Amino acid sequence: MIKVQEQGFDIGAELAAMTEGNHSVGGQGCFVGLVRDMANEEQISAMTLEHYPGMTEKQLAAIEEEARNRWPLQDVLIIHRYGRLEPGDRIVLVATTSTHREAALESCHFLIDWLKTKAPFWKLEASETGESWVAARDTDDDAAERWAAPSENELEKT
Amino acid sequence: MQLLYFGWIRTRIGTGRETLEPPADITNVKTLVEWLKNRGEGYQEALEDLSVIRVAVNQEMVDLDAAISPGDEVALFPPMTGG
Repeated sequence: MIKVQEQGFDIGAELAAMTEGNHSVGGQGCFVGLVRDMANEEQISAMTLEHYPGMTEKQLAAIEEEARNRWPLQDVLIIHRYGRLEPGDRIVLVATTSTHREAALESCHFLIDWLKTKAPFWKLEASETGESWVAARDTDDDAAERWAAPSENELEKT
Repeated sequence: MQLLYFGWIRTRIGTGRETLEPPADITNVKTLVEWLKNRGEGYQEALEDLSVIRVAVNQEMVDLDAAISPGDEVALFPPMTGG
């Protein structure tokens, strides 16, 4: 399930709703991304997330589908916020459920790595010195790239 | 053609959305970007470095040599920073 929203979310309620009444779930993984108060040694007062309505939902759905193709998942939840956020605010929640923990944990890691470079969001940080757009980081590209060729990784394991 | 701009491309151009009718010889993303650059200083500044411009046509990611047609929604934006 994909939710792109301005308002905050209740992690406990969201996670509980995913498994309610489903007793075949053996593991639930989740990752929560938050707004940090420091960037490039500058104090951040706010972060405004802009996105591409329409395409955002499509991209997130494609990322969810990719995760479901790679791991035996029962459910996937991606909540991504937009608008003005402050340090300590939660930006994103990804959660997955599966029969066992490996699929739940690995797929969460995959989802957040792919979100970073494939979901059409842009971040504007405000600090004492003004506003600046957050640049994409090579390390995020590398993290996403790590998941690029599942077939090769599987070959390495065998 | 619907043009959409996001991130610093939007702020440099000065608008997030506009409807334009490029000439008939503008048939792919690259020639569209070159044509846009002639529309003013903000465009020139926003679109100077092609290596940091990402493009979606009708909400699908494409390369710079992708074809475009008059009814398309073309979005130009910096590398995405989700999560």
